Amino acid sequence: MELTVKIFRYNPEKDTRGNYVTYKIEGNANDRILDVLEHIKGKVDGSLAFRRSCAHGVCGSDAMRINGRNHLACKTLVRDVGANITVEPVLGLKIQKDLIVDMDPFFDNYKKMLPYLINDSPLPADGRERLQSPEDRARFDESTKCILCAACTTSCPSYWANGEYYGPAAIVTAHRFIFDSRDEGAAERLHILSETDGTVRCHTAYNCTEACPRDIKITKAIGEVKMAMVTGKLD
Amino acid sequence: MAKVHQFDVIVVGGGGAGLMAGLYASKTAKTAVISKMYPTRSHTGAAQGGIAAALGNSEGDNPAWHMYDTVKGSDYLGDQDAIEFMTNEAPQAVIELENMGLPFDRTPEGRISQRPFGGHTNNETGKPVRRAAHAADRTGHMILQTLYQQCLKNKVNFFDEYQVLDFIMVNGKAAGVVAVELSTGELHTIHAKAVIFATGGHGRIFEVTSNAYAYTGDGAAILFRKGIPLEDMEFFQFHPTGIYKLGILITEGVRGEGGVLINGKGERFMPKYAPSIKDLASRDVVSRAIYTEIKEGRGVDGKNYVYLDIRPETVNKFAAEDGRTNPDGSKFNLTAEQVLKKLPDIIDFCRVYLGVDPVTQMMPIQPTAYYTIGGIPTNKFGEVVIDDKNTVMPGLYAAGECACVSVHGGNRLGCNSLLDIVVFGKHAGLKAAEYAKTAEFEKLPENAESAVLSGFEALRIGSGKENVFDLSNEMKNVMFSDVGIYRNEKDMQNALEKVRELKKRFKDVSVTDTGKIFNTELLNAWELGNMLDVAEVVALSALNRKESRGGHSREDYPERDDKNWLKHSLVWSKNGKLEIGYKPVVITKHQPKARVY
Repeated sequence: MELTVKIFRYNPEKDTRGNYVTYKIEGNANDRILDVLEHIKGKVDGSLAFRRSCAHGVCGSDAMRINGRNHLACKTLVRDVGANITVEPVLGLKIQKDLIVDMDPFFDNYKKMLPYLINDSPLPADGRERLQSPEDRARFDESTKCILCAACTTSCPSYWANGEYYGPAAIVTAHRFIFDSRDEGAAERLHILSETDGTVRCHTAYNCTEACPRDIKITKAIGEVKMAMVTGKLD
Repeated sequence: MAKVHQFDVIVVGGGGAGLMAGLYASKTAKTAVISKMYPTRSHTGAAQGGIAAALGNSEGDNPAWHMYDTVKGSDYLGDQDAIEFMTNEAPQAVIELENMGLPFDRTPEGRISQRPFGGHTNNETGKPVRRAAHAADRTGHMILQTLYQQCLKNKVNFFDEYQVLDFIMVNGKAAGVVAVELSTGELHTIHAKAVIFATGGHGRIFEVTSNAYAYTGDGAAILFRKGIPLEDMEFFQFHPTGIYKLGILITEGVRGEGGVLINGKGERFMPKYAPSIKDLASRDVVSRAIYTEIKEGRGVDGKNYVYLDIRPETVNKFAAEDGRTNPDGSKFNLTAEQVLKKLPDIIDFCRVYLGVDPVTQMMPIQPTAYYTIGGIPTNKFGEVVIDDKNTVMPGLYAAGECACVSVHGGNRLGCNSLLDIVVFGKHAGLKAAEYAKTAEFEKLPENAESAVLSGFEALRIGSGKENVFDLSNEMKNVMFSDVGIYRNEKDMQNALEKVRELKKRFKDVSVTDTGKIFNTELLNAWELGNMLDVAEVVALSALNRKESRGGHSREDYPERDDKNWLKHSLVWSKNGKLEIGYKPVVITKHQPKARVY
């Protein structure tokens, strides 16, 4: 089938502003959008820039806007979006070249969540693992799936409006630790998230949950963090 | 002029091995990790099934069994001192990951949950043993995340999205690396006392692969061009179960949970090839079995794929036939709910890419190029050894998939790669930091980046007529068809000649983007150069080894030949020519014997 692929192009070394270029190529319904981009880069215009690595939805490199919604290019097939395809960089982060945006602000917000297990209690005396029941482990399973692709954060209207907002991905990271029964840093993280750039900026637009390529119920996770903030309880 | 930075230890690569090395080195030495991607993008994150350790959390197990299984799995080519070191360190390594916060799945008692995996057995009964510690089917993702988090906690320095282009060697010692900052195109020289390469594998030299685009053998190629040999490059693992055509991995954990392989006639075929552990035989054995079924006309619809079946009714039927029970002795009974819970990502992949629901439908699979077994030769401390006498190059280290310790020998057991990166990443980091404590900085040469200017920069401004995409595809096709699961003299000779032709044509390659900022076209062209260098060594090593062992299966030499070939191969680049040498295998406890599953 013939695909019509409209791609946002911007080369800061040449262009004062971005523009759209349309490519007509042959493709199949089962092709990933990433395959389509690779084909264009390989055979039509080598200068097209985008990030990618694993090509099957686990490394989080290739979040982009495909027909107006955030997706991973490697986890979206032509049959999902049709033969007329528009590809643009995600919103809310500075465009560096074509589909590549500056991810540093995104990772900076991640780092603000103290994204590591906090537990200063002594390790088990027998030299073995800390114990955790399957139920306690299940409590935060969803939020461990996050691959930091930024599809959620860059789909959030509150983040577009205010780039200081930590954003849904950072809150999912906080959730992963707050609800881990082995962690002792919940109060500290809840305090950080209670600041003006924290959960108060979430207006449950639900875009994040729809954008998540890992099917994490992000709005629900944010709700649980808000609830913990109000009640001081983690169950 | 390149910008110059100085660190005691520089780690090249931000995957599991690199982060572990960075974490440990940074405890006592000024350390930085440099990576061509954000570290969380690394391919460690794609590992699914688990990490092997004889914790014995569900049933009796011990490191000595793990050692024997690994030696046998390696087809006796693994160095037994290194294997014993790794399997002894394994339980503590896994517990340390848990202590760092890694969210392993849990047993009802709250301990780390373990599942059976290919080739891991109870040495007394010969039956599969639960040795793979797991976090759903995203164990590698959890390891990568946890180690990155620990590096942040411990304030390890990072250079994200910097591509290392060259290794600086002065007076036969490590002195640093030259890298390009991808967002600006600027060159940076990183002056260091110790350099640790943890750059991953080179699976992208093959057409059907589960490997990331990043897996282009950069580290191995850079060092090879500097005269450091590559070891056992003929050994590359083809994983039995990749998604048909796409190559995306379906974890062996599916078979660990009871899944079975079914041919086009609807028969379970593994009992024919491995009567004792059947579908959980070593990967090389299973890949060859699938290939044989296809070759003999029992692929599905005459095509080159078979099915992997995890539907509960199938699993339970065969589990009953096999007499499989739960750890407590109760009847084994898999439910659809358990499949969804234990293998969520696999279900997701099949639904997204195939439109197949594994709970009610069988998955079409074929073997996929999966894991780089050979690589930069090291000892068990991660020190790079540069000749047949294991002479150490001061200040140079390697760990993870780019390295060859060798603990995997001719064939790697499942779950031993995550173990490998954690154990040897740690020891490379410790050893490098210890070395840096007493070593002096070597004086940097006047123009440390000049070699880069003649290679990388020449590509950028060159105006050739060859297309990177086409050359790359020609290489992948010939390597997959002629240096694949089954090999013979004629095919491999063809592949070697083809790769050499491509190397010539590569000199005339065209890069249209002459810019500095995120010039990914230039980066891809440079990576292709690395892949071609590595592919030539793979083809030559494979052609040279005239026997069948582990993943190296020759139609013209179908038997293992311990008399002539129980040795590691080494290939050097000397004055533009490739030279082949050998070194002995370390055998301590287990004398080679026939390998039957």
